[in-house]
Amino acid sequence: MMSPEHYLILAAALFTIGAVGVLVRRNAIVVFMCVELMLNAGNLTLVTFARTTGTIDGQVMAFFVMAVAAAEVVIGLAIIMAIYRSRRSASVDDANLLKA
Amino acid sequence: MSEMSIDWAGLAPMIIVFASAFAGLLIEASVPKARRLVVQVGLAVLALAAAFIAVVLNAGKSATAFALEGTDIGSVALDGPGLFLQGTIALLSVVAVLLLAEQRTTRGGDFVSEAAVVADSAADIAQRRESGATEIFPLTLFAVGGMMMFVVAGDLLTMFVALEMLSLPLYLLCGLAKRRRLISQEAALKYFLLGAFASAFFVYGMAMLYGFAGTISLTGINAAGINSNEPRILLYIGVGMIAVAMLFKAAAVPFHMWTPDVYTGAPTPVTALMAACVKVAAFGALLRVFNVGLQSSAWDWHTILVVIAIATMIGGAIFAVTQRNIKRLLAYSSIANAGYLLIGVISLGDAVGQTMFYLAAYGFTVIAAFAVVSLVRDGDDEATDLSRWAGLGKNSTGTAVIFTVLMLALAGIPFTSGFTAKFSLFSAGLEAGEIGLVVVGVVSSAILAFPYLRVVVLLWLNEPAPDAPTVNLPSPMAGTVVAAGVLATVLLGVAPGFLLDIVSEASTFLGT
Repeated sequence: MMSPEHYLILAAALFTIGAVGVLVRRNAIVVFMCVELMLNAGNLTLVTFARTTGTIDGQVMAFFVMAVAAAEVVIGLAIIMAIYRSRRSASVDDANLLKA
Repeated sequence: MSEMSIDWAGLAPMIIVFASAFAGLLIEASVPKARRLVVQVGLAVLALAAAFIAVVLNAGKSATAFALEGTDIGSVALDGPGLFLQGTIALLSVVAVLLLAEQRTTRGGDFVSEAAVVADSAADIAQRRESGATEIFPLTLFAVGGMMMFVVAGDLLTMFVALEMLSLPLYLLCGLAKRRRLISQEAALKYFLLGAFASAFFVYGMAMLYGFAGTISLTGINAAGINSNEPRILLYIGVGMIAVAMLFKAAAVPFHMWTPDVYTGAPTPVTALMAACVKVAAFGALLRVFNVGLQSSAWDWHTILVVIAIATMIGGAIFAVTQRNIKRLLAYSSIANAGYLLIGVISLGDAVGQTMFYLAAYGFTVIAAFAVVSLVRDGDDEATDLSRWAGLGKNSTGTAVIFTVLMLALAGIPFTSGFTAKFSLFSAGLEAGEIGLVVVGVVSSAILAFPYLRVVVLLWLNEPAPDAPTVNLPSPMAGTVVAAGVLATVLLGVAPGFLLDIVSEASTFLGT
């Protein structure tokens, strides 16, 4: 039997992997994918808690988070594309003109 | 048959702003390019003014906007602080829109005409002569609508949607500068990646608080802080992660790293919008979350928030001293000011009114300061390096006088709004018993006065270089921005009574 705890632990693991990925990976696209992983970890937690608390709010919130994440993808890819076309690189290390 | 009652008048400010933003998108598609600027600016200013009037008509209200069969649904809480901050955001954003529309200081404005053209290519150099894109106005309206929603959000989901609503257009606006496009795009990338990282924290924190309380309404979370049987660790993680996301937007140390880079790289009118309006929205939401949702668990978060406030006040002030670029200096000063505002958040109910007063006063001063920064030019570029500002008082006395007044206000000299705002906020902090924080705040203000006064000395006592930057005379647009900012700065310094009365009337959150 799978208990809700398993899902929570899985979500926590996904969130951690995502957070570590954001901090160590250098390609903007990969960084962005790691953020999406973190959002989905949040979603998994939300639906798990919807189950344990017996309320429906968590499932509704997961839908909202998905919709917002989709909008975020549009904006994010537009920005990364613009940078890539000017520099031929999507590495966050190459974007270093703003050092004081 | 369930009966849903909706307070349309209470929602009107947000509806007006969002509807105008959509109308702005249609204008982009239907009005000829030559007339678009006038139509878009007119629409944006009218919409924000109408939204402000709608907020004023709601004054004194303290109720939720939605109710189902007589039961309040707390997703939108129209109360004193929410309405006051909505009004402040509307007014500040009218001023910011005028600055966005400025076309005379640099030909065609500060914004790129076709953002899809590769930066620094031949086509890009050719389009520098064209006037800037007008989709910045609908984008701004969407962001402002999100901010107005952020400060009245009564549950975590509404708050999350509003947070994204205000952030996403701002990411784009940051990347639309006409000059120095690579730097502008880099600022957008940094802001976007770190902002998305912070929103992921918000989602996870929201999930944790939902697991802890079984509800997402702030009042429900407050009640659960006392009587929930769930493990308390859920509350700790939830509060921590939500605080990270919101302190990121508010630019508190150690979540401030993006601020100097983004403030420097973004087009100056967008920086002004961020420094004034986003600050108001972020602190409005912080005040609401901690006052309404987390008051019952104050013991659990008090210490860590105090540490963050001290780090923000001291860190912001010390880094400001070392800056050589006026936009970076203002960025670090905005970080230090976030620290002072955190005193208001930590003091909870005792300091809500004073925090709101500080937000309004600081917003007008900083918007005018960035407007002046956008006037001082080396050719077509802004002269942001401080050494270039030496002796500006000799050649452009009027501009230098105005900038001096603004610097003195930011330094908190008496008879400016900076002094009255700091004085009332710090006294509220003292009354709430946060003596240590207030002492740090005063020390930090003293440190922070040094870089401002150094700018003043530079303006008046140094000899101008032979190739000194020119001060481009603004059109009535940016002229109005500077005038409004200086007027508010002096007025709130000399006669702050009327606004202090308003904020003390409007300082009770619904549900506390």
